[in-house]
Amino acid sequence: MKSTPKEEKWDLEIEPLSGLFDINWRELWQYRDLLGLFVRRDIVSTYKQTVLGPLWFFIQPILTTLIYVLIFGNIAGISTGGVPKVLFYLSGITLWNYFQECLLKTASTFSLNQNLFGKVYFPRLIAPLSIIISNLFKFFVQLTLFLVTWVYFLVKPTSDINPNSTLLLFPIYLLLLSGLGLSFGLLISSMTTKYRDLRYLIQFGVQLLMYATPIVYPLSIAPEKYRWLIQLNPITSIVEAFKYSFLGEGYFSVSGLVYSFVCMLVTLAVSILVFNRVEKSFMDTV
Amino acid sequence: MSDTVIQVDTISKLYQLGEISTGTLSRDVSRWWARVRGQEDPFQKIGEANDRTIKGTSDYVWALKDISFEVKQGEVLGIIGRNGAGKSTFLKILSRITKPTSGRIRVKGRIASLLEVGTGFHPELTGRENIFLNGAILGMTKAEIRAKFDEIVDFAGIERYIDTPVKRYSSGMYVRLAFAVAAHLEPEILVIDEVLAVGDAEFQKKCLGKMKDVSEREGRTILFVSHDMSAISTLTQRAILMDHGQVSHIGTTPETINAYLNRYVKKNLIYTAPPSDSRPQIIRAEVKTNLPNNHHTCLAPLVVEIDVHTPFPLRGASISFQVVNNRDQPITHLWTFDSERPMCREAGIYQLRCDIQAFRVYMGNYTLKVYFSGPPGGETYQILEYICPFTVEMFELYREFKWYPGTCTYLENAEWVVKKSATGSSHYLL
Repeated sequence: MKSTPKEEKWDLEIEPLSGLFDINWRELWQYRDLLGLFVRRDIVSTYKQTVLGPLWFFIQPILTTLIYVLIFGNIAGISTGGVPKVLFYLSGITLWNYFQECLLKTASTFSLNQNLFGKVYFPRLIAPLSIIISNLFKFFVQLTLFLVTWVYFLVKPTSDINPNSTLLLFPIYLLLLSGLGLSFGLLISSMTTKYRDLRYLIQFGVQLLMYATPIVYPLSIAPEKYRWLIQLNPITSIVEAFKYSFLGEGYFSVSGLVYSFVCMLVTLAVSILVFNRVEKSFMDTV
Repeated sequence: MSDTVIQVDTISKLYQLGEISTGTLSRDVSRWWARVRGQEDPFQKIGEANDRTIKGTSDYVWALKDISFEVKQGEVLGIIGRNGAGKSTFLKILSRITKPTSGRIRVKGRIASLLEVGTGFHPELTGRENIFLNGAILGMTKAEIRAKFDEIVDFAGIERYIDTPVKRYSSGMYVRLAFAVAAHLEPEILVIDEVLAVGDAEFQKKCLGKMKDVSEREGRTILFVSHDMSAISTLTQRAILMDHGQVSHIGTTPETINAYLNRYVKKNLIYTAPPSDSRPQIIRAEVKTNLPNNHHTCLAPLVVEIDVHTPFPLRGASISFQVVNNRDQPITHLWTFDSERPMCREAGIYQLRCDIQAFRVYMGNYTLKVYFSGPPGGETYQILEYICPFTVEMFELYREFKWYPGTCTYLENAEWVVKKSATGSSHYLL
């Protein structure tokens, strides 16, 4: 093979294993239209296949909230810290649903897209990113449900909820939650391509994680001794801060949010690196 | 600036065979340990050439070994080879679906590959939505698709159904739409796998025409992988023959096709092999044609003789052969079993003779593929491919039109009746 002069410019080089930090951000940007179309596909197709359509997005949180009110509120008698039970559980469920959907769906990126990934190249990160964004749509639908209930209790004279200026931080909560869902999902998806047993663990693990997050109970009723354990969970401070902002009841801590942010950055960096690596050899091992 | 747009430099790919998901954790650990001590990957060393017919001793196989070649701007390059020669693996690497184990490919310009038509089509979405989705998956931007949209719809001929979900499309419409998107891709380099094997012949021709047009007029570079020698020879000027994961010939398309035929089609008209002490084997195969030099007249009786040898008694042996055309398509398959006609129940040589009263296969070049095996689920003793080449001619068969090759596969035995209608034409108006 004759050698090529150095000054020749190649647009693409295909080589065995690229460096750990070799992520083509520019290419990701070039494929932004695909990202948009994937999001559109996800939303349109979930909506098209059902009779009730987007109504399902409401039915699920309403039923879950009612069950929680009945079981955790009335039968178990767990305090909600003075917040109307419906509102308390609905806020937790809305947040948790979003996080859980992001995590579980991104975790199955490879198995869901196996056909696509085997036939055509595009930056693989597009697939999990599109999941996060299309779930955002669902989240906002459910958030509307929460807001309607919230406004109802707000104008009702007897209830005691005190929204405050920390409401402005809401976009940050959302960013943190999305980031954490994405990064955990990516990590798991990368690992399940090789070690399948993990797949069975996830469903179960996510459920456990919910109980380690103040969703069905306020952080304030957790015993002092174990509170740090729950606070170790990066989602805890997001959920608590969200409740504090909207309801005036909860544990708002800047340091907690900073901790969640750092957690998100670290896991996101690690997970993107791992994903980037797995993505290149995935077709040979799946 | 040279006009090389693809430079393939010693590309190799190592594959692991067998169960991959078991024991990988322990393997990962031993690999890691070897790396820590600065040694080579213990599993990579034992790789061997990719030959499916020889059962390997290693779990690792080189699907590709040191592939190197260059493609020039505007060239249409064909890649041929048997199944398992490494064509698809190479395409996968070039399409960035998987990484090579070693080597490097350098590419100038945007590359798009079509390993399948309609990749990512979603049944619930309408034709319009799928055009955008599929186009974007193949690397087009929204603006590019919008600019081509009318042309795509027109090419597919599905204007009326453009806002209907594709799940309601007939399979033909579906394929046409998928092709239409693909045919309007405008990358500098287009990589096409045997996707053209689907779809009706008329539409295939339209697609081939469009691709040829594009490469000639706009100087687009195309890499085209196919089994179909006729498609390869109409579309490409230069071709590569791959064999066992290596490039065995590069040259003009006719040269490469010849190399392919020479390599696989045994030149000897009669196949012979010495008997083996260790395993059952086919020791002779011959096609007895009615004309000399293995030429045969269509519809004339044909005899196929196969002699086998077994060093030990076999239970439930079976022998069969396929007549395969020069596009690697089997035309007919004939067989006999131990249960029908006892054979090989004792060690020794058995002579089989298959009489075909009228060999109806149409004009063309054919070879035999012979199978020697045990009962269903049992061992396969031997498979011989591309042996006993013979040519079928249309001698002595009269018709008013000239005989053209490739117009059919075989001639059927039939009686025609023609008579004048007594009822008159009014009968047909109802």
